Amino acid sequence: MDFNSIFINTAQALFSPVTIAFAMAALGLAMHFGFVGLLNFGIAGFMAVGAYGYAISTLTFGFPWWGAFIAAMVASAIFAVILGIPTLQLRGDYLAIVTIASAEIVRLLLLSTTWIETTGSADGLVAYADDFRSINPFPDGDYGFGPWNYTANQFWVLIFALIVLIISALIVWRLTHSPWGRVIKGIREDEDAVRALGKNVFSYKMQALVVGGMIAGLGGALYVLPSSANPMLFATSLTFFVWTALLLGGAATVFGPLLGAVVFWVLQAFLGSLLPAMAEVGLLGGLSSAQAGALRFVLVGILLVLIVIWRPQGMVGDKRELTFVK
Amino acid sequence: MIANTSLVSQSRSSISLEAVGIPRLLKLFLAFAFVVMGVFAATPAFADSVGDEYENKILGNVKNEGTPLEGVRIIVEGNGYSAEVETDAEGKWSIGVPQSGTYEITLVEDTLPDGIAVLEGGATQTVEWGFTNTVVWNFFIGEGERNPTSQFDQFLMRVFDGLNFGLLLGLAAIGLSLVFGTTSLPNFAHGEMVTMGALFTMYLALAGVPLLLAFPIAVALSALFGWGLDSGVWAPLRRRGVGIVQLMIVSIGLSLTFRYLTQALLGGGTEQLPGALGSPEINLFRTVSLSVNDLISMGISLIVVIAFAMWLLNSKMGKATRAVSDNADLAAASGIDVDRVIKVVWVMAGGLAGLAGILWAYFRPGLKWDMGEKILLFIFAAGVLGGLGTAFGAFVGAMIVGVLIETSAQFIPSDLKYVGALVVMIVILLFRPQGILGRRERIG
Amino acid sequence: MSSNSNPKKAPEKSTGLHVGEAAPGVKKVDPILVADKVSRRFGGLVAVDVDHVEIPRGAITALIGPNGAGKTTLFNLLTGFDKPDTGTWSFSGSNLAGVPAHKVAKMGQVRTFQLTKALGLLTVLENMKLGAKGQQGENIFKSIFPFFWKKQEDENEQRAIEILERFKLLKLKDDFAASLSGGQRKLLEMARALMSNPTLVMLDEPMAGVNPALTESLLEHILDLKKQGMTVLFVEHDMHMVRHIADWVIVMAEGQIIAEGSPDEVMRNEAVVDAYLGSHQDVDLGVVTGRIELPNGKK
Repeated sequence: MDFNSIFINTAQALFSPVTIAFAMAALGLAMHFGFVGLLNFGIAGFMAVGAYGYAISTLTFGFPWWGAFIAAMVASAIFAVILGIPTLQLRGDYLAIVTIASAEIVRLLLLSTTWIETTGSADGLVAYADDFRSINPFPDGDYGFGPWNYTANQFWVLIFALIVLIISALIVWRLTHSPWGRVIKGIREDEDAVRALGKNVFSYKMQALVVGGMIAGLGGALYVLPSSANPMLFATSLTFFVWTALLLGGAATVFGPLLGAVVFWVLQAFLGSLLPAMAEVGLLGGLSSAQAGALRFVLVGILLVLIVIWRPQGMVGDKRELTFVK
Repeated sequence: MIANTSLVSQSRSSISLEAVGIPRLLKLFLAFAFVVMGVFAATPAFADSVGDEYENKILGNVKNEGTPLEGVRIIVEGNGYSAEVETDAEGKWSIGVPQSGTYEITLVEDTLPDGIAVLEGGATQTVEWGFTNTVVWNFFIGEGERNPTSQFDQFLMRVFDGLNFGLLLGLAAIGLSLVFGTTSLPNFAHGEMVTMGALFTMYLALAGVPLLLAFPIAVALSALFGWGLDSGVWAPLRRRGVGIVQLMIVSIGLSLTFRYLTQALLGGGTEQLPGALGSPEINLFRTVSLSVNDLISMGISLIVVIAFAMWLLNSKMGKATRAVSDNADLAAASGIDVDRVIKVVWVMAGGLAGLAGILWAYFRPGLKWDMGEKILLFIFAAGVLGGLGTAFGAFVGAMIVGVLIETSAQFIPSDLKYVGALVVMIVILLFRPQGILGRRERIG
Repeated sequence: MSSNSNPKKAPEKSTGLHVGEAAPGVKKVDPILVADKVSRRFGGLVAVDVDHVEIPRGAITALIGPNGAGKTTLFNLLTGFDKPDTGTWSFSGSNLAGVPAHKVAKMGQVRTFQLTKALGLLTVLENMKLGAKGQQGENIFKSIFPFFWKKQEDENEQRAIEILERFKLLKLKDDFAASLSGGQRKLLEMARALMSNPTLVMLDEPMAGVNPALTESLLEHILDLKKQGMTVLFVEHDMHMVRHIADWVIVMAEGQIIAEGSPDEVMRNEAVVDAYLGSHQDVDLGVVTGRIELPNGKK
């Protein structure tokens, strides 16, 4: 077995734009579920809106890179409002179903050939990152050391994504450690109590939904920035993976989703290299290496079940904070 | 793109170089040049081709008396996939499909110029795959009367397809609804329980078990699967008093586990159960025709649903189930063993879902690793529409959802037909969460 | 049983609150809350059907009645937690019908709940600070920059500490509210309600589930509210408590107001006794609601 390449693949997942984008999505979801208690099972929909918001505003409307990012955020915010107005009053399990369905509707709309000139339908969209690349401050060449090797463009995406992530995390941290955050915490536990204290509960929930949604939308844009946007990327499985990352790290914290995303992707990369290698040398019975690759997601499913039952506060969450307020 | 067989086929609908009167050798040369150009053409204009990433393609050329017709709509449906295109300025169209198999091509006659219609074979025709990965299909069109009722017949056909789909959806939805009613859990792994039925059947058939035996055994295995889930996962968690939100996420974890297990076993492709393809069509009335498979499928669904309904209404366990689904606390207070009822519900749900999976594998046709993911939301839509917690509601909801999905393709682009059902589900949850047959819960 | 072994100074009762004969719906000299034709039905059941009621300002009014009389429902209606089928009411002159609960609270009308809603996942101090009104830091944009709200936060913290001290909860200030006893949580809920400087405090069964040792303390705090100029309206079953501190009593049965008056008048009112017992009885209501005076004077 080629341990060297297994190591390289695993290490690369540590510093990869995909990991960072995922962390953004998890951070947005933390705002929704960890802090407000909203069962958003449609986070993939927010990511899709952000991703396509960036791509479409660049390709169809010719926005510059910064305009496209703003468009991605605005689109996500609008999606949050449209989703939120009718659904924020729904009880938990209904909200879960509605959010899954909404994300799927977004995906189906993007997949449809009806607007194929704008969305690219099943083929998706490519080549929208030119303007972004044009502002790359790093000259051509190779960057990195050891297992981490990037071209100038790859490095630029990475650094940019990292900056966006840090700013977002800081904002969320500030928000949650302020009086606004206190109201949100109260709402998560008991809306009526907070209402009786004169706070407009609906408005706060909407604000949290929009902030979380914008962060997740930015995450979606960063997710597709290095490559291409495709509806297949934003299936319900993506939502479930983000949830796994969030719960793994610690849902009601700021650092938790970031940690969870990194651990999740590093594990994915590790197993994604290890399992096929094991299959090839016959360690996994008659499984082919392609089949072994699918096994890692089986383990994700099992991991999710184990976390949610035995360690719902994740790696860095506080047990007393009760991730799942009954 | 040029249809290779067009030089041999009837001249009316395809490239008719004879009409231009050019010497034969030159025609061949031009044909060759066209083919070369077509192959090296830059990305085709969007609207006339779709699914370029798929290797398998169905394509054709729409011309009337040698004049290419632009903007004619062609729809391709089959194997759980549907897409549509419009012909370009040269009357060409191409639809990539994820796999070879049987498809239905429809030329939407309304998009033809007035007075022009499909002359032979009808507006909807069935395409079987050949040996290459490209199928050329051309409609024979010309001046003629459109069958004025063809729209209606198409609609009728869709209604029957919808009934077929609705019936198998109903089997799955009944299980989902009862699980929700008795345990308050929206089971996000229900799609995978459906997949299991088809999967078991496939392996049994591969092992040489005759189909008539394989079906009941697969259903029994699915029921066993349901039993296993409750004994191994749900009952212990109930005893621990784990909250509903956590249980929902457990069901998601289970869904991921079994979905990717299926992928590990099946790979990314589509498998077929024996006899799924090439089932002969039987004409029922007008132009509505169903395959033998479809008819058997609907028959089985109906019989099972009726049998289940009788069990639910008359048997002691059935009544207990309805009682628990209605109000678990009250049922427990009147001496019903709620845990036992729940176990029975999971067994039933597993078996019904498994049967639905088998029938669906014949309906699409095909069995794929993510078929559960694809159907999950529609099972939910059916259950929600009918009223989560009531089995009859689930059945009614499923029929409506099935017919709604299929017939909506008449009015909106066919690849948006699933969106309608999801929108309906959301609307119901917002305004009448108890569904059609559910009771209004006192909230608070 | 309350420990009234040390006879305390009986609280000063407010009198002269009403205009004319004491009867259901009687006008008050200075009403803070006036309600008209308020009704609420649940299916076929009439939960509340109040023709007219006025709550006197600056006094402690008790709302009593047998279980199912509609007291909590009326509470929910008046505070915006439930929508009435019919009715209008005004608070200090402002029309309140249809106003959502949080706005009602902002206007100075705070309430507590039968099942205490102390937020267990927050600390005692955080609970208190949550109660303060008009916090800049609660605005999402300003919250990101502590510069905008730090000063106000410190002021609120000071006030919170003062109130906590009065309620003798100060040393628990950094504990999670979930770790407090039931009675302490009741006190916390009341203390928290005071953070917003309300004009009308509505307490829904403040004594429910509180052990007798704390009852004394709670009563003192309620009296204190009146001393500070607030109006109190509370729902209770404990008649001796009612007699002890209430200036005015309103009796509800089957959704309607059947009597009003001073505690003594009301207790002897035949209609009221009927409502509790369903027949003519020549009994002291205090006996009916579970407290007996022992020969040695203890209750």
